[in-house]
Amino acid sequence: MEPKIVAFCCKWCSSAGADLAGTSRMKYPPNIRIIRVMCSGRIEPSYILRALELGADGVIVTGCHLGDCHYIAGNEQAKKRVEMTTELLETMGIDPRRLRLEWISASEGARFASVMTDFVEEIKELGPSPLGGVS
Amino acid sequence: MEQTEPRIGVFVCHCGVNIGGFVDVPDVVEYVKTLPNVVHAERNLYTCADDGLAAIRDAIKEHDLNRVIVASCTPRTHAPLFKRTCEEAGLNKYLFEFVNIREHCSWVHMKEPEKATAKAKQLIAMGVAKAALLEPQEEERVPVEPKALVLGGGVAGMTAALSLANQGFETYLVEKEDELGGFVRNLDTLYQTGKDALESITPLIEKVTANKNIHMLTSSTLKDVEGYIGNYEVTIAGDGGETVAKVGAIIVATGAEEYKPAGLYGYGEYENVVTLKEFERMEKEKALPEVKSVAFIQCAGARGQVLEYCSRICCTNAIKSAMKLVGTDAPEAEVTGRRRRRRAVAAPPHETEVTIFNRGITTYGVEHELMYNTARGMGVKFVKYAPENPPEVSKEGDKLVVSYHHETLKMEQTMYPDLIILSTPLVQIPEAEELSKMLKVPLGRDKFFFEAHVKLRPLDFATDGVYLCGTAHAPVFIDEAIYQAYGAASRASIPLANGYVQAEAITAVVDEERCIGCGRCADICPYHAIELAEKEVLLEEITLKIRKSSVNPAVCKGCGTCVVTCPVEAITQRNFTTPQITAAIKVFGGVSVPLEIS
Repeated sequence: MEPKIVAFCCKWCSSAGADLAGTSRMKYPPNIRIIRVMCSGRIEPSYILRALELGADGVIVTGCHLGDCHYIAGNEQAKKRVEMTTELLETMGIDPRRLRLEWISASEGARFASVMTDFVEEIKELGPSPLGGVS
Repeated sequence: MEQTEPRIGVFVCHCGVNIGGFVDVPDVVEYVKTLPNVVHAERNLYTCADDGLAAIRDAIKEHDLNRVIVASCTPRTHAPLFKRTCEEAGLNKYLFEFVNIREHCSWVHMKEPEKATAKAKQLIAMGVAKAALLEPQEEERVPVEPKALVLGGGVAGMTAALSLANQGFETYLVEKEDELGGFVRNLDTLYQTGKDALESITPLIEKVTANKNIHMLTSSTLKDVEGYIGNYEVTIAGDGGETVAKVGAIIVATGAEEYKPAGLYGYGEYENVVTLKEFERMEKEKALPEVKSVAFIQCAGARGQVLEYCSRICCTNAIKSAMKLVGTDAPEAEVTGRRRRRRAVAAPPHETEVTIFNRGITTYGVEHELMYNTARGMGVKFVKYAPENPPEVSKEGDKLVVSYHHETLKMEQTMYPDLIILSTPLVQIPEAEELSKMLKVPLGRDKFFFEAHVKLRPLDFATDGVYLCGTAHAPVFIDEAIYQAYGAASRASIPLANGYVQAEAITAVVDEERCIGCGRCADICPYHAIELAEKEVLLEEITLKIRKSSVNPAVCKGCGTCVVTCPVEAITQRNFTTPQITAAIKVFGGVSVPLEIS
C-alpha cells in the first residue's frame, strides 16, 4: 500500500527546507504532495479535514520553529489549531497519528527528508485511512 | 471581478537532465493537455532560458492564455523572472503559478523515475486547479512622507539623525534631557583615545545643532504615534508645548541606563561603594577622594545574580578606569610575535593599588585584549571569583573590607580598599515599556528592544518603518553604536528615498458585508494591520452602531492567520484563497476538475 500524504509547508521555512533536501539530493518517499502557503498560521483545520476526507492517509503541517516564525507568531496559532484538530480526529475515531505537526527550518533539508520518511513509515504501519477517500 | 473562462498554458521544464533525466517530461506534457482548462502545454529544455521565456510570451498571445504555469524549479529563484515575462506579454503577474518538480520531485526521487513522473503529474494538476481560480491583483502603492523621527539624542541618535539629514531628509531629533549627548555626558574619558568624553562628542553635537534639516527637540518626549510606515503622525511633548509632525520612518535610539545594585556589596549602605558611572562622574567632577587601594567587582547584578545577561562593555570600562587610577606612567607593553600579542612587563610600584574581582574577563576583540594585557603589565590585579562564592563587602570600624576566596591560592583573604566600584550592567530605560506599546514594537527577555531577526535583520523591527540602534538594543561601545546608527539610518532611508512602499498583493481583505466586528482578527494580527472601525448603519428607522474590521494593505504582510481566525469567513487572503487551496486538495484527493467550490 502506498499512502497518500499532504504536506502543508510554510513558504519561509519548511518549503525552503524541502528545496534544500532537493538541492542536497536527499531521498525520501515520493508519497508527499506539498501545498505551499505563506505561513503555517494560514492552515485551516477544514483543510486538514478535507484532505483526510478526500483520501489522504496522513496530513503533515510544517512551520518555522517556535520563536522563529517569519510572521512573529503564526506558528503558535498553527500549533493551537493542529492540537484542536487532533482532538477532533480522536472524537471522530480517526487515529490522531494521521495528523502531525513538525517544525522544519529553511536550513534543515536533512530534517525535512527524515521527518517525511518517518511520517510515511508511520502511516504505512497505520494502513489506509478508514475514510478511504472518494476516488 | 469579471470571471473569464480560464485558459491555462503549462510549461514543463526539462532543466537539462535535472528534471528530464528522472521525470518522463513528454509523458507529463501529454497528461497535462488532458487537464481541464489547459489549452496549451509544452516542454522546454530550459524554460528560464531566452527561448523558453519567448515561448511563454508567444503562447500567451497565440493561445490567448489568461493563466500561466511553469513546472520547474523552486519559486525562490525564478518566480520573479517568469512573472515579469508574463507581464511583458500583458498578463497580470498574479495569474502565474509555479509548480516545483525539481527540488520537491526529481532531485529527491532519482531512484524512482516512475513514481517521480506520477508525482510530477499530480503536482501540476494541483497547480492547474489552483491557477484556474487565480485572480489578477494590483499591488498597492502607499506614498511615503520623506521625513524621519529619531528618538534619543545620544551618540547613536545624533549619528542616525545626521546621516538622514545629510541625505536630505528632514529629521526630528527628540531628546528627553535638556541637552544632547546621552549617556556619554556621564563619562570622564573615553576608552581607547583616553580623551575627554564630552569633548570627543562635541563636534557631533555641533554638526547636529547646525544642520538645517534637523529639528532638535530637547526636553521632549514622544507622546503619541498614529499611522504606519511612510505615514506616521507623531506628537512630541516638550517645554514649548506640543509638536505634531508627519514622518515616514522612526529610529529608536533611546539608549540605556546603568543598573543600580541596591542591596549588593553594600551599595546604598556604605559610603565609597559606587557604580562605574558614579565613579566616572566623580572623576569628571574632580570629586574623587584620595585613594590608595581600589576594588572593582565585575558582573555586579549581572549574569544570573539579578539580571541574566552579560553587559559586554563593563570589563573593558573597568580596565580603562583601573589603568587611569594606577597612573599613566606605565611602561608600554611589549609587542611580541606575529599575532601582536603583548607580554606584560614588570611594573614599577604604584601609589594606587587596583584589584578587579571578576568571573572571567571579557575583553573581546584585538584592541580590548591588548588593553587587558597592558593593564596587567601596569600592575592591575585580576582576581577571579566563582559566581556561587562572590566577594563579600563589610565594614570594620570605618574601613571597608572585602573578604574573598582566592581561587588560585585556595585561601580566604581580605583586603581593605578605600573605594569599591561595582561594574553593573546597562539596563533598559523605564520609559521603554510605554514606548514599545506606542510604537508597537517588542521588548525582548532582557527588556531591551527586540529586533526583527537576530542575525539577518538586526537593525529593523518586525514592524516596517521602525528601526533601532545603540544601547536601546543591547549594551554596545560608542563605535558600535555609531555603525549601528549608520546602518539604521540607511535602512530607514530606503522607503524615504523611494517615496513609496509597495505591498505584494497577498494581503488579507475583509468582506464588510460578512464581518460581524468581533475583533478576533485584530487581536491576532502580529503587525497590528487590522483596525476595527465603528460605523453607523441605518436600519429602517434605527441607527445602529456597528464595528467592522479593515486591513491596511501597507502594513499587512500576508501571513493569512487572520483568515483562519475569522469565525464567519469574512476574510480572504489574496492569491491564497480558501477556494484555491481547497481546489488543490480536491485534485490531490482525485476529485476531477472543474469542481464545485463550496
